[in-house]
Amino acid sequence: MNTRVRASGGRLFDISNTIFLSLIILITLYPIYYVLVASISDPVSMMKHTGMLFWPKGFSLESYKHVFAYPMIPVGYTNTLFYVFVGTAVNVLLTTLAAYGLSRKNLMFSGYIMMIITFTMFFRGGLIPTYLLVERMGMVDNRWILIIWKAVQPWNLIIMRTGFAAIPDSLIESARIDGASHFKVLWKIAVPVSKAIIAVMILFYGVYHWNAWFYSMVFLRTRVLYPLQLVMREILVANDTRYMTESFVSMDDKQTIAATIKYATIIISTVPILCAYPFLQKYFIKGVMIGAIKG
Amino acid sequence: MKIGTIKRPNETQKKLRWGYRAAYDIKKHYPIYLMILPALVYFIIFHYFPMYGAQIAFRKYTIGDGIWTSEWVGLKNFTTFFKSYYFERLIRNTVLLNVYDILFGFPAPIIFALLIYELRNKVFKKTVQTITYIPHFISLIVICGMIIDFTSPQGMINKIIGFFGIGPIQFLAYPEYFRPIYVASNIWQETGWNSIIYLAALTNISPELYEAAKIDGAGRLRQAVSITLPGIAPTIIIMLILRMGRMMDVGYEKILLLYNPSIYETADVISTFVYRKGLLEANFSYSTAVEFFNSLINFVILVAVNKISRKVSETSLW
Repeated sequence: MNTRVRASGGRLFDISNTIFLSLIILITLYPIYYVLVASISDPVSMMKHTGMLFWPKGFSLESYKHVFAYPMIPVGYTNTLFYVFVGTAVNVLLTTLAAYGLSRKNLMFSGYIMMIITFTMFFRGGLIPTYLLVERMGMVDNRWILIIWKAVQPWNLIIMRTGFAAIPDSLIESARIDGASHFKVLWKIAVPVSKAIIAVMILFYGVYHWNAWFYSMVFLRTRVLYPLQLVMREILVANDTRYMTESFVSMDDKQTIAATIKYATIIISTVPILCAYPFLQKYFIKGVMIGAIKG
Repeated sequence: MKIGTIKRPNETQKKLRWGYRAAYDIKKHYPIYLMILPALVYFIIFHYFPMYGAQIAFRKYTIGDGIWTSEWVGLKNFTTFFKSYYFERLIRNTVLLNVYDILFGFPAPIIFALLIYELRNKVFKKTVQTITYIPHFISLIVICGMIIDFTSPQGMINKIIGFFGIGPIQFLAYPEYFRPIYVASNIWQETGWNSIIYLAALTNISPELYEAAKIDGAGRLRQAVSITLPGIAPTIIIMLILRMGRMMDVGYEKILLLYNPSIYETADVISTFVYRKGLLEANFSYSTAVEFFNSLINFVILVAVNKISRKVSETSLW
């Protein structure tokens, strides 16, 4: 890149390109900024305001107080942490074991097993048969169903298998000759040299669990088991803020505070991700690349 | 089967029946098979059992019935769907949302990557990238919550257009606004992120090509058209083929969060219809038939696209 020679001239293009991309930055950030500013604004002046919003209208942390006082938020957060950590641990464990096994050569059935697994990427039984199966298993409204029903994602397995297959045979064979078991080889050799891929897997699965809501809604009944996303769905999409606005008597007051409560909810649920993001960015980009090479 | 007399395993093995070879292989490599087993069991239970259960599409299944004991009705559920008023609407909405999404959403990251590539200031370049990736990390529920709020009569968009004396319009109550909202919010959220793959392809273009072009007196535009674009053309073609393969797939989770009965006319797609009919109205067999039909079309498109892809670019999914 450094050595790339640019044609002379084109100053006008450079300037307008910079302006255009600055505009893109503004368009990207403004909605997020709007939510942030609105969440700390005074609910009443926020309601009356028209035009572009640049600075908070008044200042009030009223809406945050109501969100923090709402018990479903910590419940949802705790559940989501459970789904993210336990779910990702199960995902990565099963995917690593199977990917390593299937990356070994001279295994009579590895071709057939890969076919069985790959086919599921192209043809699915579907929502209703899956639901009926889970119901028959008696797993509806059980928090473990969200862990096991997506235990392995075939695409991730394929990516990881490719990674393991790239490890030089001599490395593994010499360890085997020294008497190490397959599990020991996996743990002491294959996993350490594949750290980058495993990090990418943890991120892929972790993000999946953090964002998951549709099948959580399908499989869960009890609100105490809800992940944060479903709690937020009640507040943001179903527009259900009655628990948080109980202390207000008039309908108007309730509506006024409800708007800013939504913004505060968004901020509280999104800030942890946005804080972690700069540190994880390079792994995500690596993940896109690994996926693309295979595709 | 004189197993006891095997002296040279390699030759005799070939003569043994398949079953014996299989047993031998599993016995020899059992720790490896043990590693694969949990994942294999998972795929059989959570993928192949539902595929087997999908036969209720051809039956009249009601709660309390078993899959086997319910009455076989053949293609009746399918013909009911084909003849229904919904059939055309669902297909139209699914295809149109995809067409618009490809038409506007597909070129956006390419153009964006090209513009970023032309930037000379490294710090600004990094800033643009880091910031435009952010929306990708906001969860769908929050994105839809923001869309619902911004498009509401008191929301951000109405506050801005109200300043010019337009509105207020409750955007999500009118069918004609749904597709633009769906496509535009996708572009806002994913353009930056989707440009990563093109930027990677751009950095692989050899700098010598630009040097040679410069010596030949080619200007910036000429370089972009003759070197940069051809350089990433293979990536563009592969991405387009992959995208076409998802023609009947649509972001139903997003639609489910945004739509309401007054805009079913443009927003209702096959997957959302299956969810409503199947899980909310307990119309199990009918909705499974609809979904089965959709999966089948998806499968056919994928196979076709893969064939084309193999011809055009020598890359294929399998």
